[in-house]
Amino acid sequence: MSRFPVIKNFSYCLIHTPDLIRYGSKTRREITRDPDTEARIAPYLRSYSQAVCYPPNQVFVGNLTPDELTTLPRPWYTRRASEEQTELLRQGPFGEILNQETFYGLLKAADIMMPPLIMTDESNLENLREKLAAHPLCKDLVPDLQSSSSASLEGTDQSPATTPGGNVWPLQSGKTIWGFFQGDQRSEAKNDENLQANNLLENLCSKASGALALKWLCRREAINPEEIDFIISCGEEACGDRYQRGGGGMAKAMGQMCGCRNASGMDIKNFCAAPASSIITAAALVQAGIHQRVAVVGGGSLAKLGMKFQSFVQQEMPILDDCLGAMAFLVTADDGKSPCIRLSPGGIGTVPVKAGTSDEAVFRYYLLEPLARMGLTCTDIDRYAAELQNPEIMDFAGAGDVAQKNYRKIGAMAVRAGQLDKGDMASWISRIGMVGFAPTQGHIPSAMPYIGHAMTAMARGEIRRAMFLSRASLFLNRCTDLLDGVSFVLERNPRLPPIKKTG
Amino acid sequence: MLRNRKAIVFGERDDISGSTIRACLESGGAEIVYESTACFV
Repeated sequence: MSRFPVIKNFSYCLIHTPDLIRYGSKTRREITRDPDTEARIAPYLRSYSQAVCYPPNQVFVGNLTPDELTTLPRPWYTRRASEEQTELLRQGPFGEILNQETFYGLLKAADIMMPPLIMTDESNLENLREKLAAHPLCKDLVPDLQSSSSASLEGTDQSPATTPGGNVWPLQSGKTIWGFFQGDQRSEAKNDENLQANNLLENLCSKASGALALKWLCRREAINPEEIDFIISCGEEACGDRYQRGGGGMAKAMGQMCGCRNASGMDIKNFCAAPASSIITAAALVQAGIHQRVAVVGGGSLAKLGMKFQSFVQQEMPILDDCLGAMAFLVTADDGKSPCIRLSPGGIGTVPVKAGTSDEAVFRYYLLEPLARMGLTCTDIDRYAAELQNPEIMDFAGAGDVAQKNYRKIGAMAVRAGQLDKGDMASWISRIGMVGFAPTQGHIPSAMPYIGHAMTAMARGEIRRAMFLSRASLFLNRCTDLLDGVSFVLERNPRLPPIKKTG
Repeated sequence: MLRNRKAIVFGERDDISGSTIRACLESGGAEIVYESTACFV
């Protein structure tokens, strides 16, 4: 046995939710301010087929590699696919791109409240059951779809134009209404803003999308969910009521939905770096012998849907931030095959408080120092994954290519450390970097989307080491001006046959 | 150079943070009247 735990498996899913864009934080506020905004958005919503064949989404689910995406000319959003192609491309080796209607079924299955948060009539309930029954990983959830009282729909405005802002929101696909989402209707929830529709829909979207990724993880690993003994949720939702907003509980909620009957769990918060922090924590739990199979799960962020919608509408192009992202990783003891997480002393990159807010200091602490403590230099790493936001979303929104900005900083730090010649920086970055391909879903694009591709490349003997660097905007909590950085190195399992050198 | 000047600072997490810009401007004598760091991701 080697010394280090491994990432044994992973899954990545997208959920195309164009009609939930209106419930994203930015869109909802704009619609509340100007109800005509909703009508202005409608022409720019993508079809499922457009979202499926969108090249960055294909990279996310593993049908394309990041290097293949680099070779595809932009704009990417103009690509189209036939019905047959869409059917072929909606699944990838890493997971799937789920359609909105099936996701509504998942949401309904995730709703354990009584009275329910999602109200449907019997006809729509049957439609949702059919959607779940047709999905190989979700058909076990059909019995969970219980009928809600038809009386609960009485007095509800069923018009698709119902403006979000109240406490009853239509769940629709185009002009078809599948149900209504409402806040907690019980007396103890009265006047609790944390239990209104907006917050509870965010929480339920995270639970349902994370559960989908967890189901895919179990399928890819071919294990019974009961074999998972601990779950860590790394999403950003602040579940809880007025007395404990942000209390957590998402990990076990997902585990409950997926039949992980023997698992306990907890939620880890660190803004966008929470997935990296969670994988490191999972590895430490395994290394310590406390748990054997730890699933790290990140559900999707409803709040960030349509975050850049104004730029897209202004430029008369499709709203590209229309997908929830979800991912899951299985961390276990060394199996002799899977890539190791380098838990060497000092090998995990962290940024102490004394680093302050200087970018250079942050990179020194979470890039250079852990490598040095492991006896490595920047050029010993074959690929770096930093912020992997899709540049097509970022550029059109005027925020620039975040992935490339981070690669330039990594290159500059390597030069300053004397580990790279300045003249070689551009070509080195092109080798160790990659184009961003993940949706702007906060914690989802922060380095972790490359784990699947890295593991595939390591299994093929194409790379030996990858470094994952995640950043967290701690200052968004209004309690500090600091940001955070978390990093780890993933290494090809030393028990595998050595990589044959080429050239 | 910036003495008796008031400054509004807009920083960005993946570029230069507001607090870094503030530190630079304050060292030149500016008075910061507003500071914000945006996170676009």
